[in-house]
Amino acid sequence: MAGRPPVKDWSTDFDHLDPAWVADPFPIWDEMRKTCPIAHTERFNGVYFASRYADVRAVAYDTEHFSSRRVVVRETPPPRIPAPPITSDPPEHRAARMVLLPPFTADAIKKLEPRARALCNELIDSFVGRGGCDAAVEYAQEIPTRLIAHMMDLPEGDGDLYRKWIHEILEVGITDQRVLMQAVGDMTRYFAAAVEQRKQQPGDDLISYLLHARFNGEPMTSDNVLGCLRLLLIAGIDTTWSGIGSSIWHLARTPQDRRRLVAEPGLVPIAVEELLRAYAPVTMAREVVKQTSINGCTFEPGQMVLLSFPAACRDPEVFPNAEKVVIDRKENRHAAFGLGIHRCVGSNLARMELMVAVEELVKRIPEFCLDGEVTWSEGTVRGPRKLPLRFH
Amino acid sequence: MPNPKTLRVRVDANKCQGHNRCKAVAPELFELDEYGNARASGDGRVPPGQEEMASLAKSNCPEFAVEVIEE
Repeated sequence: MAGRPPVKDWSTDFDHLDPAWVADPFPIWDEMRKTCPIAHTERFNGVYFASRYADVRAVAYDTEHFSSRRVVVRETPPPRIPAPPITSDPPEHRAARMVLLPPFTADAIKKLEPRARALCNELIDSFVGRGGCDAAVEYAQEIPTRLIAHMMDLPEGDGDLYRKWIHEILEVGITDQRVLMQAVGDMTRYFAAAVEQRKQQPGDDLISYLLHARFNGEPMTSDNVLGCLRLLLIAGIDTTWSGIGSSIWHLARTPQDRRRLVAEPGLVPIAVEELLRAYAPVTMAREVVKQTSINGCTFEPGQMVLLSFPAACRDPEVFPNAEKVVIDRKENRHAAFGLGIHRCVGSNLARMELMVAVEELVKRIPEFCLDGEVTWSEGTVRGPRKLPLRFH
Repeated sequence: MPNPKTLRVRVDANKCQGHNRCKAVAPELFELDEYGNARASGDGRVPPGQEEMASLAKSNCPEFAVEVIEE
């Protein structure tokens, strides 16, 4: 991000929007883990950053001192935008989560796999003849946007709109509150219209499911449904898009791994877990609500904590050769989907999309490499936003 | 001859958060409920030949919810 004061040192002045962090955070986290495993910055009104697996886990499990009522670190704290259950704490959290779990079980997601596979092939058809593509723009980002629209029975072409809102909420909105609130408003109005339409004409889709779900034994209110829909859209798109993009980026620059997946398609599920570990896209945040201490560091109320699952996934204390992608790593207790009660509700969907996206790409285009400058997202969801490839 | 040891898998329901890693690596040893949370299939006994799968289910659980017990 242009114009930010340069970072003085990573232990006391870190900035997750700094260009060095955006481009390649891994060496920074490795250094922090050794010298200052729980760092603090005065930026963003005060934020802690834990880089060890054990400390990230301790924060994730401690819902008494670390609240989810704010899950994104922003320059100025905006009005709260509830999106249960991700922004809920116990005891309210559980009921909201129970509503969302059934449509995202592995069995429920399996039914979407044929559409995902067809979609990947339609996308590949559109660029395979050109001998190259931007795999972030033309492939990775299209898969989750179109599939979530498909689940909601909304036009798959509305994906452009979703991406605009998400960019405004999760990237521009970190420092520009006006853009953030405008995007949230537009998204809410869009879903409110869809909810009204489904009330008149229910179907076999996620919006109709939510309208008929029970929340604490009561019917869901329109506000409950809108909150869920906002969450699914914000949490489900650039996260998966980033995971797919980073995986393709790795395969583009690591021919031996790519060729192994071409030769052994049965390895894809294991490889996907390793790519999720090594390039975990999502860093969450918590707000300290009561003073507490972890690993010798005191956490003061009112400050935020960046809960870096990506840094935890690279902790050599838990993962041997943590800095390397071991494409057939068998023991992999990674935390890419979080730990504790806020485990990503969409993890089965994300895994399916990632597996199908990788399988279909290497099947159709077994040989490809990078072809120009790769750019990375800013903020707390990390993945390539420009990923030019050339096919051989 | 002493009886050969039997292995059983067990899922701690208080720890399981529905990551489904156990089901992915050892599909016959685990079942999922309607919310995606795991439990051992049947009495949890690990049939001969699935010992490694049981061990992988344990070592891939992000929540340390899977136990393998030797009896």
